[in-house]
Parts: sequence; C-alpha cells; structure tokens
Amino acid sequence: MVQEKTGVAGSLESCDALVMVVLSPEREGIRIELESPSMASFGGEMRKAVRETLESAGIVHCFVKVQDRGSLDCTLRARTETAARRALAVPDREKVEE
Amino acid sequence: MKAKRLRRTSLYVPGTNPGMLANATVYGADSVILDLEDGVPVSEKDAARILVRNALRAVPYRGAEVTVRVNSLSTPFGRDDFAEIIPLAPEAIRLPKCECADDVREADALMTDLELKNGIEPGTVGIIAITESARGGRNLSEIAAASPRVIALNYGAEDYTADIGAVRTKEGRELDDIRAKVIVAARIAGVQALDSVFGDVNDMDGLYAEALRVRLLGFDGKSVIHPRQISLVHRAFTPSEQETGFARRVMAAFREASSRGAGVIALDGRMIDAPVVARAEKILALAEAAGCIPGER
Repeated sequence: MVQEKTGVAGSLESCDALVMVVLSPEREGIRIELESPSMASFGGEMRKAVRETLESAGIVHCFVKVQDRGSLDCTLRARTETAARRALAVPDREKVEE
Repeated sequence: MKAKRLRRTSLYVPGTNPGMLANATVYGADSVILDLEDGVPVSEKDAARILVRNALRAVPYRGAEVTVRVNSLSTPFGRDDFAEIIPLAPEAIRLPKCECADDVREADALMTDLELKNGIEPGTVGIIAITESARGGRNLSEIAAASPRVIALNYGAEDYTADIGAVRTKEGRELDDIRAKVIVAARIAGVQALDSVFGDVNDMDGLYAEALRVRLLGFDGKSVIHPRQISLVHRAFTPSEQETGFARRVMAAFREASSRGAGVIALDGRMIDAPVVARAEKILALAEAAGCIPGER
C-alpha cells in the first residue's frame, strides 16, 4: 500500500487560505485544485505562487487543495509552505513501526 | 535615533492572523508588535513564523516602527524564529523572558551571526527587552546594559505578578515596584521605558487613567492590545497646553540666559536648572510628535 503524507495549514477566515498538500510517491507532477472568489482575475497567479512555493520546498509530485478566502500572495505562499513542511515532516510509516 | 523614536503606543498583532498582519500599521500606533509568542498557540508556531516572515517581506508597512516578538531562546521555538525573522531586518525584536544579561548577550550573538550571513550591518536590528519574573526585575540594569542593541525596557505584567505571587487588580499597585525598577534601569542605560498592557478593552476610563499615571511616572509609552486603545493612550502621552506653554517659556529663558552667559536662570521666581530644562525638552518633543506644535526647538 502506498503511504500518503498530508499537511494542512491556514483557515477559512477572511484574508486567509486553507491549504492541504498531499505527498504520494505514485503521483506524477503537481496537481492543484483551487477554489477562490478571485479565480477569474488571479487564478493563474495563485496557481503559479503555489507551484513556485512547492518547488522551492523540493516538491514536484503532489496534490494540493487550496480554499482561498481573499488571501494576499504572501499569505498564500506562507500557507502553502507551512502545509508542505508539515507534510514533509510526517514520519514514514515503516520507520514508525520499527 | 532608534533609541529616541516615539513609542507612545506599541500595538500587539497576532502572528496567526493574515488580515491583521497586512493592516498592522494603519491604526496609527507608533510601533507594532507582530507576535510569535504568547499570542500564538504552540500548534501554530511554525505557521505564524512563516506568515510573519512573508508579511515582513511583502507588506509595504508605513508610518510605524515594525517589531517582532519572538519566542525566548530558552524555548524550542526561539532559534527558528530568529533564523526566519532577523534576515528580514525588522527595526527591533521584542525579547521576552529576559532574566539576566546573558539572555540578551545570547540573542545579540545570534543576531550578529544572522545579520552577517545575510549582508546586513551588524547591530541593525534592535532589542526591546521584556522582563517577566522577579529575577528579571532584579537584573534590569544589567539587562539594559548588556548590548548596544537594547533600545527599550518593557515588562510583562501578568507573568511578573504571577511570579512574585501578587494578585492583579484594576488599580495596579502590585506593579509599583516593577514600574519603578524599569524606569530607573532605563534611565541609567539611556533607553526608553515602556509600560505593559491594560487588559480590559472595554474600560476606556481605566485605560486613560493608567496611561496618564505611567506617563507621569516617567514611562515613554505603553503596549496596547486593541486598535481602539491607541488614541486614548496617545492623548494621555500628549502634554497639556499648560505643560507645553511652561516648557516653551523655560526653553526661551534658557536660550536667553545662555546668550548672556548667565549661570543662574529664574522664571516666575523659580530657579530653572538642568533637570527642568531637560524635562521641558521632553515635553516639547512629545507635543511636537503629537502635532500640537510645529518643530521649533
């Protein structure tokens, strides 16, 4: 069975974003599911910010769900980075079982 | 310059709240405190650190001094806070739980190392030292003198009174001792003395009375926890017309006597000596900062 590692950060409060990063060895590339009131105007920039942040953290294969509530670019990047770090910090199951 | 800037109010802004972080400086406080310490639950320390770092990097803060209250280096979070925040060179960090000079020296050394690694002039980031215990209260003078980075002393009223076994009251007499210690140590070191928060955000009369009292004791400012507290504290820290008028006359008499080479100055039958002139200068600086008089000194 493939072990997925999940990290979540942020909130659904105004000006914030709730970001979930799921790491799985079976995934190919970065898939982003984005929900935002600013989708039409800033959807492209938001996806770019999420992708750049993940790549800076060394992540190239994952699923990301972003529920945006009007966050600034710096907030979205912070929430993505925190979720990514939290996912990366999940211990491997094998190691835990040892 | 940093040591002398106006800090009548220092507004706490929780490091977990993106909306408040983005608007931290719009309320008119002289200084803002982006908080990574007590305002942040342990489970969110990592998130707040990254959020505050990104805010420092991206938000065009204007009109107020921007400081960050980091976690103490005695906690598991302190070093990570320094590593993320110092490279962004906020004007100062607020260093909690200062117990002795070594606490300040340890922070100073770590800050110098991080400044050098990030191409920042060593000493750029100041320290506002916060003492929160009986031991810290006893060591305030050495804390203030431990580093040229120290620009102000502050104390945490809740932690301090809990540590000495006092009961918190609205009158605040249990704080008389620590307030006196903070003022005396700050004056000896030539740094500012900053008072703690007034916790009841609905008691505006109590806030004004306390702010006025601490100004008359010698404090340079007071921390606030809600934007609505800012204007009242500024009012308390604004000299009255009577004070300002007398200060202007003192300075005029001083200048006139100095031009004559006179050693002794009298005004309204009262001797004007160096401490009176120094007090008049401080009052005029506060009045000027509050916009009551144009810069004329």
